[in-house]
Amino acid sequence: MVSEKPMPKAEAKKLDFFYGDFRALNGISMAVYERKVTALIGPSGCGKSTFLRCFNRMHDLYPGNRYQGEIVLQPDNANLLAGDVDPIEVRMRIGMVFQKPNPFPKSVFENVAYGLRVRGEGSRRRLEEKVEQALQDAALWEEVKDRLHQPAYNLSGGQQQRLCIARALATDPELLLFDEPTSALDPIATASIEELMHDLKQRVTILIVTHNMQQAARVSDFTAYMYLGHLIEFGVTDELFIKPKMKQTEDYITGRFG
Amino acid sequence: MAAANPTQIRALIASHKRWDTIFALCGLLALMLGVLTFAALFLDMALDGGARLSWDFFTSYPSRRAGQAGILSAWVGSTLVMLTTAFFAVPLGVAAGVYLEEYAAKNWVTDIIEINITNLAGVPSIVYGLLALGLFVYQFGFGQSILSAGLTLALLILPVVIVATREAIRSIPQVIREGSYALGATQWQTVRYHILPYSSAGILTGVIIGMARAIGETAPIITIGALTFIAFLPPSPVQAEPPFLSFEWLFSPFTVMPIQMFNWTSRPEAAFLTNAAAAGFVLVFMTLAMNGLAIWLRYRLRRNLKW
Repeated sequence: MVSEKPMPKAEAKKLDFFYGDFRALNGISMAVYERKVTALIGPSGCGKSTFLRCFNRMHDLYPGNRYQGEIVLQPDNANLLAGDVDPIEVRMRIGMVFQKPNPFPKSVFENVAYGLRVRGEGSRRRLEEKVEQALQDAALWEEVKDRLHQPAYNLSGGQQQRLCIARALATDPELLLFDEPTSALDPIATASIEELMHDLKQRVTILIVTHNMQQAARVSDFTAYMYLGHLIEFGVTDELFIKPKMKQTEDYITGRFG
Repeated sequence: MAAANPTQIRALIASHKRWDTIFALCGLLALMLGVLTFAALFLDMALDGGARLSWDFFTSYPSRRAGQAGILSAWVGSTLVMLTTAFFAVPLGVAAGVYLEEYAAKNWVTDIIEINITNLAGVPSIVYGLLALGLFVYQFGFGQSILSAGLTLALLILPVVIVATREAIRSIPQVIREGSYALGATQWQTVRYHILPYSSAGILTGVIIGMARAIGETAPIITIGALTFIAFLPPSPVQAEPPFLSFEWLFSPFTVMPIQMFNWTSRPEAAFLTNAAAAGFVLVFMTLAMNGLAIWLRYRLRRNLKW
């Protein structure tokens, strides 16, 4: 249960999103609270991944995409979607972990060091420190410390995903986005990622898209249920799962629909 | 269909499978037609010219006497022209390919450029020769030199390099790019740390295959006026006294392997035809060696890439 009043880390305000002429998000307003895990659930195509990818302006990579409304990031109270905000600056502050583990075809070390190199870190000693710290934070250090310079592809799927988490953590993101991070993993690897998320929320705000409602119930403090580009219900996870306010939410979480 | 008995089913399958056999035989025949024709040509050339292949053949200049003639100026010329070609075609082709795949907006202008590049790959090589004669030889005043020839062949293989670069880049999964951008990388950082390293195997393969085509080109080289009889070598690129490097060879007259062959085949004496066969054998061997290198490099560089 959430005890003290949480502070919003980021807040979507009347957010619309368009893929060309197709409106994928309709007036989404919700907060992502600081040092909490917020889960986005809903049936396929409901827009939850689209919403997640607004937070690091991933949609800017492709032509024809358009945002309307705001996502305000704290503490500087700045709208991430403003035209004069460089998406690269946004991505330097907000990390992302993808659906399928996507390590670069480089060594374990180089994978984690990449974000730091992008930021111009050249000192070998600083890189080594940061890489070790990030791997420890991602609960991977013990497993890979003897093979830092071997290809990341030699790791198992679950290890690769934790490597991707370490890669995102190495640059101290303020907000970490997870796009169905365990959908390609077995139950044991999934459990370790969930446990990791639980530890990570001590220091970083997490927003996660998941297909798995048990996962949302297990890891998140807040849950948002989306349907066809609309936010149907948002609330404290325990309350949303036990006593949903909307009939639609109840139908979805009880498996009567979706 | 009514339930058939097993014998009927087997007969049906057997008659269907006959078509498998027939097609497999036709396919094999079609394949052999190509492979065997080439093998026969290559063997014929080897038998005709094999006897001429000796150390002297590689270290002698052309001569009026067939028995003393060699391919020294031709293989040195071919090598230097190829180096010049690669020097210009690789950076230009790779940069153009990377730009088209990673930077260019996807609109009708890009589409037209794409179609043009594909068409350029099909332009007859003699047309490039004519263009080069006007542009490089006369307009720029490079003369009938190695530089002109290298630039001409670079133009010729540029489309091949661009297409190979684009295909290699396209095979990099989008999640790798997104992974890089998600960490705050710029486009150039993504290209520099990911796109170029991961596509280098494909690019190299394309470059070498393009070079293998260029090394056998005769028409454009004749058009720009390569000499058919040349009994000296271009100045050495390495000099004994400072500044040690010299680029005078770029402006030197030259000849290349296919021209040497062409010259010998047009002679009436049979002994020169033997020389041509020997030179042809060497040329085919050079081409095969380049293709072999391409395959080996692709295998080596791709071993570390798994998506």
